[in-house]
Amino acid sequence: MYHDNDRAKMFNRRAAMLAGGKTALAGALVARMYYLQVVEADKYAMAAHDNRISMRLLAPPRGLILDRNGTAMAVNQHNYQVRVIAERAPSLDYTLDALSQIITLTDHDRGRIHKEAKRRRSFVPITIRENLSWEEVARIEVNAPDLPGVLIEVGQSRFYPLESLGAHILGYVAAVSETDLTGDPLEDLPGFRIGKAGVERIYDMAMRGRAGASSVEVNAVGRVINELERKEGEPGVDLTLTLDMRLQEYAAQRLGEESASVVVMDVHSGDLLVMASTPSYDPNAFNRGLTHEEWKDLSTNLRSPLQNKAISGTFAPGSTFKLVVALAALEAGVITPDQTVLCKGHMELGSIKFHCWKKGGHGSVDLNGAIKGSCDVYFYEIARRVGIDKIAEIANRFGLGVPTGIDLPNERPGLVPSRAWKRHAMKQPWHPGETLINGIGQGYCLTTPLQLAVMVARIANGGHKVVPHVARDLIVEKAALPRSVPDWGSCGVSQKNLALIRKGMFAVSNEPGGTAFRARIEQDGMWLSGKTGTAQVRRITMRERESGVKKNEELPWKERDHALFVAYAPEEKPRYAIAVVVEHGGGGSAVAAPIARDIMIEVQKRERTRTADREKSPGGAG
Amino acid sequence: MRPTSRFSLQLNRAELSWREKLWQINWSLIALLTVIASVGFLTLYSAANGSLEPWAIKQMIRFGMGITLMIAVAVVDIRVWIRHAYIIYAVSLVLLVAVEIKGTIGMGAQRWIDLGFIQLQPSEITKIALILSLARYFHGAALQDIGRPTFLIPPLTLVLLPIALVLKQPDLGTAMMLLMSSGAIFFMAGVRMWKFGLVLAGGLGAIPVAWQFLREYQKKRVIIFMNPEQDPLGAGYHITQSKIALGSGGLFGKGYMSGTQSRLNFLPEKQTDFIFTMYAEEWGMMGGVFLLFLYSLLIAYGYAIAMRCRSQFGRLVALGITSTFFLYVFINTAMVMGLVPVVGVPLPLISYGGTAMLSLLFGWGLVMSAYIHRDTPIGRRGALDD
Repeated sequence: MYHDNDRAKMFNRRAAMLAGGKTALAGALVARMYYLQVVEADKYAMAAHDNRISMRLLAPPRGLILDRNGTAMAVNQHNYQVRVIAERAPSLDYTLDALSQIITLTDHDRGRIHKEAKRRRSFVPITIRENLSWEEVARIEVNAPDLPGVLIEVGQSRFYPLESLGAHILGYVAAVSETDLTGDPLEDLPGFRIGKAGVERIYDMAMRGRAGASSVEVNAVGRVINELERKEGEPGVDLTLTLDMRLQEYAAQRLGEESASVVVMDVHSGDLLVMASTPSYDPNAFNRGLTHEEWKDLSTNLRSPLQNKAISGTFAPGSTFKLVVALAALEAGVITPDQTVLCKGHMELGSIKFHCWKKGGHGSVDLNGAIKGSCDVYFYEIARRVGIDKIAEIANRFGLGVPTGIDLPNERPGLVPSRAWKRHAMKQPWHPGETLINGIGQGYCLTTPLQLAVMVARIANGGHKVVPHVARDLIVEKAALPRSVPDWGSCGVSQKNLALIRKGMFAVSNEPGGTAFRARIEQDGMWLSGKTGTAQVRRITMRERESGVKKNEELPWKERDHALFVAYAPEEKPRYAIAVVVEHGGGGSAVAAPIARDIMIEVQKRERTRTADREKSPGGAG
Repeated sequence: MRPTSRFSLQLNRAELSWREKLWQINWSLIALLTVIASVGFLTLYSAANGSLEPWAIKQMIRFGMGITLMIAVAVVDIRVWIRHAYIIYAVSLVLLVAVEIKGTIGMGAQRWIDLGFIQLQPSEITKIALILSLARYFHGAALQDIGRPTFLIPPLTLVLLPIALVLKQPDLGTAMMLLMSSGAIFFMAGVRMWKFGLVLAGGLGAIPVAWQFLREYQKKRVIIFMNPEQDPLGAGYHITQSKIALGSGGLFGKGYMSGTQSRLNFLPEKQTDFIFTMYAEEWGMMGGVFLLFLYSLLIAYGYAIAMRCRSQFGRLVALGITSTFFLYVFINTAMVMGLVPVVGVPLPLISYGGTAMLSLLFGWGLVMSAYIHRDTPIGRRGALDD
């Protein structure tokens, strides 16, 4: 008989041990479950949420840009795009073949589409073509049954209805590049455009608006299962400019083919009514994408159409600079208005001869006569007396040689030299002769047309440090607040001296013998006071001076003088300041002053109709 | 001398009638199995987003077939199993070799033979065959025999042969399971503790050597197991997503049919190896513990049957099957919770899949057979008496 009591006892003992071991393991499982599902539950719940919920951004419409009268300068246009979803097409080539019967598709397009199709998941739409015409859209829609996988989407694209008019102030929008990234989630949207120049760039953040979001549930491969929540975005802030596009148009026409710039500003508020720079360009081309030839034409043109000359073009101010030189001399007390200087057509300092523009000389001139006739010798003399540092100080206070602080990108500061500047920048001591040259706005002096307008505005408004701007409202973060005229602060010069300068300017334009007398305004209440300037861009040699200085017409364009004119109007109650610079245009009185006159007439006429409108409808926007 | 017990009068005879056998079937065990399988049906229904197709309905049919097979196995006289233990073992070895040859001819790691109506996995048969043959060997051994080291050479050979073949496939998970369930039988048979210690020490010492033999993907799995976050989108993706699903389920779960991780396919293999994750995502820790409790009941049932058997063969078979079942549960759940490497072991009775279901229910059929024939005296080689 076979008996196994011992084995049974052993078995039971060991079974208990094994069961104990298994219980321990089961305990480990429960402990692990507790750890994952209770202790770490929040962490994993978050991870599951992140897995599942995907935020899709909704692009808000970009803010519009309007001029001061509400004329649309930048708008958003529907941009019809045809897209294909690869997985809904039997084959991509089949659909593209069918589509090419209806719209033109280049081999380049096809290559790009195939490349994108390989890179993206099959349910992601691929853009075939943008900017379809209405006719093309209609043809595609009609043939929809034969175009599996094709869909029409409406995007937004920027359009500048005035084309080249005001292009330099507007700037343009273009695709986001690596260096533009700020972390705004909108920047990741395909096809998103940001401002790259002008106010489009300066006020870009406000005009972008706030992105809306649609939270969608996606599965593991990223396909959208359904939309859980939708939060509409906030459209961008509409930007109203201080510019008057009708005046701008007039100014641009008046400048014509010249490489020139005009700035008209309100001397009290700093509103810029006109800021023209010719030639211009069509900003729509940038949004559309420039061809190689177009880009080459724009970037190599000698008259630099891409540059906003009003703020980025720097020119020797020429005789317009004499206004601050005179002011510096008066402030320093080195002259009185009645003291005269004898102009024999030149002045000698050491062994060097400094010539006046008027070959025979002006004779004996006082301050008023010197401004009126733009006598170089008078200003050589007073510049010598007052010294370059005092001139630089006053020039800076009147906005020359320092950025004006306008709300536009790429403003150049220009240059008004001083001893310290030369020591620092050129490592050379200052020569007394340089004071004379810079005293008539030549030499190192460089200013922008806007700076000249600011200078005149500050002279005209009684020495208030007005700062120019192009946005009517104050843009703070993403809101537009009405701008109040601030207390600009003072230039710190005496009213009496300013009045003397204005008197000189009056003489320039309104007294016979004034350099701009021929370009005066005769209409009542619109009289202007100005100052001409002719900036030499080449050196006149002794030999040339002896044989007779060449006339501008005899010179190549690049060597001709710059024509400048600055003015304010109306004479009795200054309201507008203007600066005109015609690059290589010739003489200030012959070329620049008439342009300024015509524009100032137009500006004041427009103001009268505006005032009349305002009186008719009180409360209406000004 | 015949042992006396309350049932001995009826059951310790050589032959039982069919009526007696049916009467002895553990219907409560079948009920428990059905409850666990039903958890599986529900989960598969949810895995298909609320549809019987494609998984739940097939699983139900297989479970029905499996239960029938189980009852058929249970009523077969236990002495038939002991007599044929070695033959079954030999057949399973031949099948393993056949798979190996077929796999070499075919491509890659092939683990099954297609019989047309079912894909037969020889390694599943091996699990049962090894238990049967070891139980038979130790059934015929007295306690003092087991003390002799030479006596352990034949059963060790029985264990190592199939393990070598399975490793060759390569199927690390099955090899580990074979090793551990055999270990349980050796342990229950009374092999001295220090010998286990020796083997364990030897095994640990052999790890660096074994590492050399692992396939690249197996090495990767082990490395990823150590640090799944190192490669969250690659090989670590499975386990990372599984932990997210489990953890986000929390204490009470996301609700039936509301598991986001599984519904949106973040969870891989949700209907097979990772079904526990899906279940616990929807039912939370409470559901998970409940399921483990059901499994524990089943395992305790197996222990009770084992200890109730009068024959060493019945005891070892019942405990061997129960231990294998435990290993399935433990390895699968520990794997999806990131406690052990991902080795591809299904969750018994719940994971979608036919062969595992059938072989597991076959195993429980043997346990039941051991119960029905608990008082049947078995001779050394399976004869009625000797």
